[in-house]
Amino acid sequence: MNDISTWDIVRNLLDGALWTIGLSLTAFVLGGIAGLALLFARIAKHSIPRFLAKGYIEVFQGTPLLMQLFIIFFGSSLLGLEISPWIAAALGLTLFTSAYLGEIWRGCVESVPKGQWEASASLALTHFEQMRHVILPQAMRIAIAPTVGFSVQVVKGTAVTSIIGFVELTKTGSMLANATFQPFMVFGCVALGYFALCYPLSAYSRYLERNIHGSRAH
Amino acid sequence: MAYTFDFASVLDYSDALLAGTVKTLALTAVGTVFGLGIGILGAVSRAWKLSPFDRIFAVYVELIRNTPFLVQLFFIFFGLPALGLQLNEWQAAILAMVINLGAYSTEIIRSGIEATPRGQIEAAESLAMTRAQVFRHVVLPPALLKVWPSICSQVVIVMLGSSVCSQIAAEELTFAANFIQSRNFRAFETYFVVTAMYFLLAIAVRQAMVQAGQRLIARRKK
Amino acid sequence: MALVRINGLHKHFGSNHVLKGIDLDIEEGQVIALIGRSGSGKSTLLRTINGLETFEQGEIEVDGEHLHPRDTDLRALRQKVGMIFQQFNLFPHLSVGRNVMLATQVVKKIGEKEAEDIARTMLLKVGLLEKFDAYPDQLSGGQQQRVAIARALAMQPRVLLCDEITSALDPELVNEVLAVVKTLAAEGMTLIMVTHEMRFAREVGDKLVFMHHGRIHESGDPQQLFANPQTPELANFIGSIN
Repeated sequence: MNDISTWDIVRNLLDGALWTIGLSLTAFVLGGIAGLALLFARIAKHSIPRFLAKGYIEVFQGTPLLMQLFIIFFGSSLLGLEISPWIAAALGLTLFTSAYLGEIWRGCVESVPKGQWEASASLALTHFEQMRHVILPQAMRIAIAPTVGFSVQVVKGTAVTSIIGFVELTKTGSMLANATFQPFMVFGCVALGYFALCYPLSAYSRYLERNIHGSRAH
Repeated sequence: MAYTFDFASVLDYSDALLAGTVKTLALTAVGTVFGLGIGILGAVSRAWKLSPFDRIFAVYVELIRNTPFLVQLFFIFFGLPALGLQLNEWQAAILAMVINLGAYSTEIIRSGIEATPRGQIEAAESLAMTRAQVFRHVVLPPALLKVWPSICSQVVIVMLGSSVCSQIAAEELTFAANFIQSRNFRAFETYFVVTAMYFLLAIAVRQAMVQAGQRLIARRKK
Repeated sequence: MALVRINGLHKHFGSNHVLKGIDLDIEEGQVIALIGRSGSGKSTLLRTINGLETFEQGEIEVDGEHLHPRDTDLRALRQKVGMIFQQFNLFPHLSVGRNVMLATQVVKKIGEKEAEDIARTMLLKVGLLEKFDAYPDQLSGGQQQRVAIARALAMQPRVLLCDEITSALDPELVNEVLAVVKTLAAEGMTLIMVTHEMRFAREVGDKLVFMHHGRIHESGDPQQLFANPQTPELANFIGSIN
């Protein structure tokens, strides 16, 4: 019979949590970059990039994250690539994040009053100049709260990657629960671990929502 | 070596796919009905500051919204037996979905209630309606109507999230997919087809929710 | 030759025929007051001149820049045509000074120091130099509108389009804006103003253009038209305003 102490359990869970944090950051940063590209595609003048971006977003928002991970994991081996659970998890979560962030940011850009577009257009600015100097600065201020809010979804999303074998907090917990026969304690700690990661982000997002009034620079 | 796709081998198992789909929809439906029920109770408790329920719901909401659904599911299925509460996979799945949707809909409905214009309540009270009557007839229906799009989105999210219930061997659509690909060895095709099915289900569920909202709340016959 | 020439202009919004053949010539230095009921097409007409609205038929020429239904060099056109909006539309994330400087730097590629000098000159002209570092939300409506005028003037346009620029202002703030416009008119700026301020139109306007159901119904000297409207529609309109 295994004699695993509580401290051993916590130590292993902390290890898993580090991987959770690493995956979350990777997906959030890379997903953010891709999301920005999606944003520009979504508001493009031509209908083709708009249509493709919309389709991409609808697919990733309309299907389970688990299925997306499975397809990447099993699809890659069809292409002859042997990718590790870490790569599949990072890729899957990145694409997932990019779709949601792109859509959130599009909403923020569209909530900038139309008059701002008209005024900057009347001053002879090009579309890109309008975005850079007038629209994006205002959209970004509006976007901070929901973006931080979404980061919580990213952290929670990492749990699903345990199913394709990526060893993060949930997978570590499952393995420990099996080894120690103490699922209540172990999964309780796992839940607390996620709570410790997510609650500050949630609270910060709510704080931002209350305090950003949208217009002032300072 | 070129890979030839074989989607037909997936469709050979259409019985399993259908059964899985039905289970997923049933799971979602039960979860939605009871989850919204809890959501209304929670929203009222928090909006009217009914002590101690408002604090209990506040803690409940924060716990659920800051932990992954998969972990909640594992905790219920694997962890609760330690307290003597042994649930089978369906009971655990339903309970997890209800608890999950309940937390999110508490917040969604609460924001709807709190957005009720003061004048509406004052008018109703001036007509000598009791607090409960004011709530039932003047506050709740417009609140639900106002937040219904958010509720629809959340139900779709929960439906998609039910995919992980396969991990505790609830035989819904993802479980069917796992089963099929273990038989036909066509993992990619199987998961591709099932993903497409989820996509269509998401559209269908959203439509159904929109219709339900119009029939039940707006009382508009379309 | 006229600074602004509009010929046979037609515009539809879907199936709605909003401009039904507009012919209008505006000489340099003229102040045009464009009046009419809501829905008469006056704002739409104004907005076609700087390309905010497209049109299907006809031609518009502003200081040598041609507007085409399909393809116009908007960047060149908009450097010659400035616009002031009813809702001011100042950029809230930029200070007053930066609001005025932005287009000169980005479009005309003027250096920072020179752009700042121009901005200060324009703000002095509208009487708001001391607000250079303030932000729009710290200003009253009348002040914001004057900043908007300074912002448009910084680009040295040949024509200024004013779309009901005092309609969103509290009554006591209207005069400070009209005073600025009066100064511009006296200095010889070409102005096309959609306005409800009839007294102002009479005082400052060189030509009154009354629009009705998408057409120019009557036009001429403001004093004469107000005293002696030639058509019942204009008479009704004047009557309903008083």
